[in-house]
Amino acid sequence: MNRTIVFYVILFLAAMVAPVVLYPFLLMELLCFALFASAFNLLLGYAGLLSFGHAAFFGMAAYISSILMRDYGWPIEFGLLASVLGSALLGLVFGWIAIRRSGIYFAMITLALAQAVYFLAVQGSGITGGDDGLHGVPRGNFFGLLDLSEPLILYYFVLGVFIGAFWLIQRIVHSPFGLILKAVRDNEPRAISLGYDVGHYKLLVFVLSAALAGLAGSLKSIVFQLASLSDVHWHTSGEVILMTLLGGMGTIFGPLVGAGIVVTFKHSLAQGILAESLPIVMGFLFVVCVLVFRRGVVGEVQAFLKSRSGNGIERDVPLEPPQPKVSMKRRR
Amino acid sequence: MNQITLSKLGRAILTTAVITAATNGAQAANVSDEVVRIGVMTDMSGLYAAQNGPGSVEAVKMAVEDFGGKVLGKPIEVISANHQNKADTASSLAREWFSDGKVDMIGNLGPSHTALAVAQRAEASNRIAISTGAATTRLTNEECTPNSVHYVYDTYAMANGTAHALVEQGKKTWTFITVDYVFGRDLERDAIAVVESNGGEVLSKLSHPLKTSDFTSQMLTAQASGAEVIALANAGGDTINAIMTASEFNITTSNQTVAALVLFLSDVHSLGLETAQGLMLTTAWYWDLSNETRKWAERFLERTNSMPSDAQAGDYSSTLHYLRAVEAAGTDEASAVMAKMKSMPINDMFATNGQIREDGRMVHDMYLAQVKTPAESKRTWDYFDIIATIPAEDAFQPISKGNCRLVTDTE
Amino acid sequence: MDEIFGFPPQLLLAQIFMGLINGSFYAVLSLGLAVIFGLLRIINFSHGAMYMLGAFSAWFGLQYLGINYWLALILSPLAVGVFGLLIERTMLRRIRHVDHLYGLLLTFGIALILEGAFVHFFGVAGQRYPTPDALQGGINLGFMFLPYYRAWVIIASVVICLGTWLIIERTKIGAYLRAGTENPDMVQAFGINVPLMTSLTYGFGVALSAFAGVLAAPLVSVSPYMGSNLIIVVFAVVVIGGMGSLLGAVITGLALGVIEGLTKVFYSEAAGLVIFMIMIIVLLVRPAGLFGRPE
Repeated sequence: MNRTIVFYVILFLAAMVAPVVLYPFLLMELLCFALFASAFNLLLGYAGLLSFGHAAFFGMAAYISSILMRDYGWPIEFGLLASVLGSALLGLVFGWIAIRRSGIYFAMITLALAQAVYFLAVQGSGITGGDDGLHGVPRGNFFGLLDLSEPLILYYFVLGVFIGAFWLIQRIVHSPFGLILKAVRDNEPRAISLGYDVGHYKLLVFVLSAALAGLAGSLKSIVFQLASLSDVHWHTSGEVILMTLLGGMGTIFGPLVGAGIVVTFKHSLAQGILAESLPIVMGFLFVVCVLVFRRGVVGEVQAFLKSRSGNGIERDVPLEPPQPKVSMKRRR
Repeated sequence: MNQITLSKLGRAILTTAVITAATNGAQAANVSDEVVRIGVMTDMSGLYAAQNGPGSVEAVKMAVEDFGGKVLGKPIEVISANHQNKADTASSLAREWFSDGKVDMIGNLGPSHTALAVAQRAEASNRIAISTGAATTRLTNEECTPNSVHYVYDTYAMANGTAHALVEQGKKTWTFITVDYVFGRDLERDAIAVVESNGGEVLSKLSHPLKTSDFTSQMLTAQASGAEVIALANAGGDTINAIMTASEFNITTSNQTVAALVLFLSDVHSLGLETAQGLMLTTAWYWDLSNETRKWAERFLERTNSMPSDAQAGDYSSTLHYLRAVEAAGTDEASAVMAKMKSMPINDMFATNGQIREDGRMVHDMYLAQVKTPAESKRTWDYFDIIATIPAEDAFQPISKGNCRLVTDTE
Repeated sequence: MDEIFGFPPQLLLAQIFMGLINGSFYAVLSLGLAVIFGLLRIINFSHGAMYMLGAFSAWFGLQYLGINYWLALILSPLAVGVFGLLIERTMLRRIRHVDHLYGLLLTFGIALILEGAFVHFFGVAGQRYPTPDALQGGINLGFMFLPYYRAWVIIASVVICLGTWLIIERTKIGAYLRAGTENPDMVQAFGINVPLMTSLTYGFGVALSAFAGVLAAPLVSVSPYMGSNLIIVVFAVVVIGGMGSLLGAVITGLALGVIEGLTKVFYSEAAGLVIFMIMIIVLLVRPAGLFGRPE
């Protein structure tokens, strides 16, 4: 227990001094994606639902806060709140439709729904700016106190929001609700037989995940003062899956590590001779992860620590991911 | 050549140089961090890579070499990056380049939305953005900045050249197929202004998203509209696909004229003369204009395996002009350099007596061209017949008609 | 009658026809997905990339090896099929016993690699593939000018779909395949090489996709991303039809193409959305899809 606290304190201190050594905007991008991946992990890692459409929430929230703050002069706190509510609402619609199916179908349905949102964003160029995106979103002052146009202040603001959201996710995971989710993930029929309304729980976690993904999206739009089509594109959905998978799904810190790796890759590749080959690297990471590395970085480390200490630390991820819960339809 | 590596990102942000505007005479070279860094930000692999992309990087390098590799006794460094046609990538790259990478000038910047994003950043950081690949007139109107230059062409010049010529041929009814982003909408608006002010009529306007591969629906609708001209307000791969569809449905050979408002040499190269022959277009530059252009183009061809586009020629010319201005100003500080860039005329293989106006628009002659027939073409890349020269003063939107805040400020 | 609901009938008929062509592609692609799903239980996310690979290999063959269109129509699917077979052998096989979602993720990764590699070597701009000489030109149907090549696309797609259906429903190999879908262990016990059958099935599925790619090559410019946007629409088609029946996949594909074409006439802004809207409605009314059986 003590060790955990020490670990968190070190992590917190590192985050506090990080902008002295590292470029703050890189750090903020990292935090936004780490939050996005954590939100996604809530759904995939703890409820076993693979959404291929999380970019819809991320991007929609970015649009909502950008429009409200830029064109209607809303202050940042209301902008964030409105975008979180908006993406939660979208999550409710998506979830309501998608949880009718599970497994692969769930993934395909969320992907298709997100693509529909993408089309809407492309078509509604009067509102979203289409391929131009929305530029020049003002950052403003947080509660009239913090001048967010200062990079360092903005960084600590983003860090604060991140820590708050991350704490919330932790709480959800360790709450009775989180335990029920894991039960559903590991053995859905059993959870049903125990009297849980599985659909209800799935929908709730979907909405929560969507809302938090929205928070990440609108934070990103505030940091970069920009909301664009690439936020809603399926590539972004793929990226967040990769972050979670790479870091270790179903682990608390996995999404952070995954986001760190992917964002760093993106940045170092954007300027090198490999500028065009980012998708190749991402695809390669996907293949490697799936074939040999399904527990992800954090999952592997945890497994290693566990095998060394030999005692039963609580494992968040099953050694071998659960068998599909879809009872596949038989032909004839 | 020289890539910024992650280790450089590690440099303390706190040291971000606050550059003073002091110009201490020409001999006391005032170059920030002892090197003049030029960043080429472009579409390396996308829809617009053929007329910008790696060729633009090469053109900038050629300019640096021709300049001697040093300015004010300090080395010149060229770095490049792929913005992947995304405004957000362009914006964050520019932010990083300006603050941490200490890039002094960013070049190429096509297409339009990336140029607009980077121009904003350039003003915020007081550095220079020269756009050769973008076309939106906003860059020198509502979104003009004291730190950006629009060098090669714009939607007004393109629309003005081609639309004017066609309306004068008596083609009065028009249907537009427009790509739905800032460039397409501006191009359409500018072309409609030309058509209507010359007594033409617009029958319908159709739009399509960027990177469309299937144009059958738009083409069939445009065909059914009965317009004399089907105008394509798009560029690059979109234009190519639209023309291919038109030719498949026999529209190109019918009594309807397909007009590509923006058509590049590389587009014609990939369409082939068989399909592209007879198309009218407006171009800012062509490799076969004079001995000087031919000489430079052959050098470029040798290095890149393709003939330069007007944007790439502009990359060369603008880099050279920038370096001359740095030398004249005796510093790489942006406002001093910009003052020199605007006061010095541009005379090289790209432009004769080119001039950068108050609003950042570089004005120079434009050319009306027609694509040759396969029989007329003597070699690969011999595609255009230059029909007319549009003099600089007619080619671009008059500064008095624009609404750049820099211009109204001085009045 | 000059107009139907205020639209010229020529335009209406022409759009239906064009819809049928898009529908042909949806049909062949969703058929390939259904065949693969039947035995491997995975959704092949790299299906779009295989379609692109088919088109590119045809282009490459013509450009550098002098292989004409008709030969490419056979050779490209074969080559891509072999490629798919290798992927199944070296990668998909290794994750047979974990959650099938990993199959989706693996094939997604493969798609990214393939697309990225082609962008790297050929750029995004797109290559032209000429219409074969025999199918140049077209015929004036009165309501529209129908290029011969487009007519051929519809015929070829329908023939290949029916052929696939016949093989699976009416031949011995097809019977093994269906049995393998039902109970692989049992079929194995009868002395049939199920792993081989699985590889061949995957190869065949992606070959169908490559066939569609070759068909599409002269219509659209051959570019690395030609498949990725299409495949998401095809996923929606698959969800609408349900994976239960091969014929269902084909019919759904064709029908949705036509509906999409009609939407282009009446309300073109919604054309990109209509298939997704139908998907939502179908999910609400019949979650298993039109031709699927409830889970």
